[in-house]
Amino acid sequence: MQHDDVIWQVIRHNHCSFMSKIVTGNFCRNPYNVTGICNRSSCPLANSRYATIRDHEGVFYLYMKTIERAHKPNDLWERIKLPRNYEKALELIDKHLQYWPKFLVHKNKQRLTKMTQYRIRMRKLVLKVREKIVTMPRKQQKREARREEKAEKAAVLEKSIEKELLERLKKGVYGDIYNYPVEAYDNILNMEEMKVADVEEEEEEEEPEIEYVEGYDDPEEEEDMEDFGGFLQGGSFDDEESAQRGHPHSRSGRRGRVVIEVEHDEGAGERKKARH
Amino acid sequence: MGKGKRKREEGAGDAPVAAAAERAGERKAEAAGGSGKSGVLPSMIKNKIKRTELHSKLKHERKLEKRRKAKAREAASKRALELGEEPPPKSVPRTIENTRESDETVCRPDDEELFAGNDADEFSAVLKQERTPKILITTCRFHSTRGRAFIAELLSVIPNTHYYKRGTYELKKIIEYAKKKDFTSVIIVHTNRREPDALLIIGLPDGPTAHFKLSKLVLREDINNHGNPTRHMPELVLNNFTTRLGHRVGRLLQSLFPQSPEFRGRRAVTFHNQRDFIFFRHHRYIFEDKEKKDESKKGTKDVKGKKPTAPKVIARLQECGPRFTLKLISLQHGTFDSKGGEFEWTHKPEMDTSRRRFFL
Repeated sequence: MQHDDVIWQVIRHNHCSFMSKIVTGNFCRNPYNVTGICNRSSCPLANSRYATIRDHEGVFYLYMKTIERAHKPNDLWERIKLPRNYEKALELIDKHLQYWPKFLVHKNKQRLTKMTQYRIRMRKLVLKVREKIVTMPRKQQKREARREEKAEKAAVLEKSIEKELLERLKKGVYGDIYNYPVEAYDNILNMEEMKVADVEEEEEEEEPEIEYVEGYDDPEEEEDMEDFGGFLQGGSFDDEESAQRGHPHSRSGRRGRVVIEVEHDEGAGERKKARH
Repeated sequence: MGKGKRKREEGAGDAPVAAAAERAGERKAEAAGGSGKSGVLPSMIKNKIKRTELHSKLKHERKLEKRRKAKAREAASKRALELGEEPPPKSVPRTIENTRESDETVCRPDDEELFAGNDADEFSAVLKQERTPKILITTCRFHSTRGRAFIAELLSVIPNTHYYKRGTYELKKIIEYAKKKDFTSVIIVHTNRREPDALLIIGLPDGPTAHFKLSKLVLREDINNHGNPTRHMPELVLNNFTTRLGHRVGRLLQSLFPQSPEFRGRRAVTFHNQRDFIFFRHHRYIFEDKEKKDESKKGTKDVKGKKPTAPKVIARLQECGPRFTLKLISLQHGTFDSKGGEFEWTHKPEMDTSRRRFFL
């Protein structure tokens, strides 16, 4: 037989696993509790006739338990689906809990109100954009920092920028702004290159023919040369030769392409050499 | 005799143990030595003292060997120079860039597809000078002093930029607003722990969204001997963007700047890619003539004799403007839509497993 009082005394004075004490009061964690407070009248274990409302995937159900089914725990709770409409749901609660104690009816209606409100709010929030908080694993941060340091050292930025600017100067991108004695410089360079001429010639034969397609006539528009990996080994030296080699392509004038200057990071060029 | 010494050193208590271990170690060493290897690896010896001995001995030997080789090399090249022959070829040191894993997406200069792609991509309008770039800079919802300073400097580096306060607008609304007002790019500076730490560059009208991680930010005022940039249009230097992805990112960065540089202004903005880190520098440069003396060591230097001097041109740089590093986290096709957008490339931790593999 169901002795609610006995159950309540045992639970309350000894130990209820659903009860949690906070500074402000005693709360009940039982999912079937209507109010959420640990009370004699709100405890679903200590009341053999009880009703509550629960939410499953956005749909509200009215759960009721009666003393007649107290010996069948499997069929204890009777579930009724509540309609989406708030007023109709209220009417349904009234209908089903018609002759039930006023306390339960009142509390159920309050719970329904609260749940509809938070369901509306949840749906609105999903539509809004919220910032996602991601974790930053410490090991990865450290590894990235380490690699960045090493990459910075390997980049020798000032030297590569200076080299790039000098090459643009030699190519004549700057026009006549600077009085640059091209012939004198090239003569000196040729003298110095006599020594290494043999080695370079061997390398040039191996590499594919690079076609230089000139789109614009105006040198000032070719400001941005992008570097591709590993092609012309002596690209920075062989200015004159490359100019001679740049025979016009059939499609040159039509499409307006930018001259692709083939430069490389020294390391990548060497790699290609090794593969040949 | 070694064994005896060891016994006395270790003391009475663990002497028998140590002796037994020593003997075991020696046996192990002998066994390994006899198994056909030229030497014993230190890792095969279980006894720590013996192991460290062997290790230090091997290290010392290697050091001597290296010194010997270096001397021989120098001697050989000196001899060759004196005799007038060409010196023996210098061996190339192995670097990470040398041994980079081969990537099939590396751009080649004769790639038709690449040119066609370039013509048809989102930046072609800006890069062909049909539109001048107009940039909108804003921040994330939370502000910081350093972020504001960084944005002020960015405003001076990139021409034709406007700064708008963020408010609480959604990003998508901001993008729509920017499209209406004919901007070509939106840059969002994201702050974390009071430091700017990410940059989101969105091309418009339907350009890709690139999310970069920002690090090592040094503002202009913190650089020694910094220069002040002028209002001339800067020149761009984009180094080392080799793969298709890198090429695309390079074009994205290029599209932030107007394509008509004023060379008289002598301003250079550099994006240098090294091992997937993009280093940003902003310099003012100048070309100078440096008198170079010919360095031939034939005979004695005659003071009255002719020293052929060749004017060598060098470029000198003065850094101005901020300095920072970018690393690409993700590149998304289309404007910003983190949930529904199509990501062309995202960084995943499993991509970091190889030290020789880079994507840009």
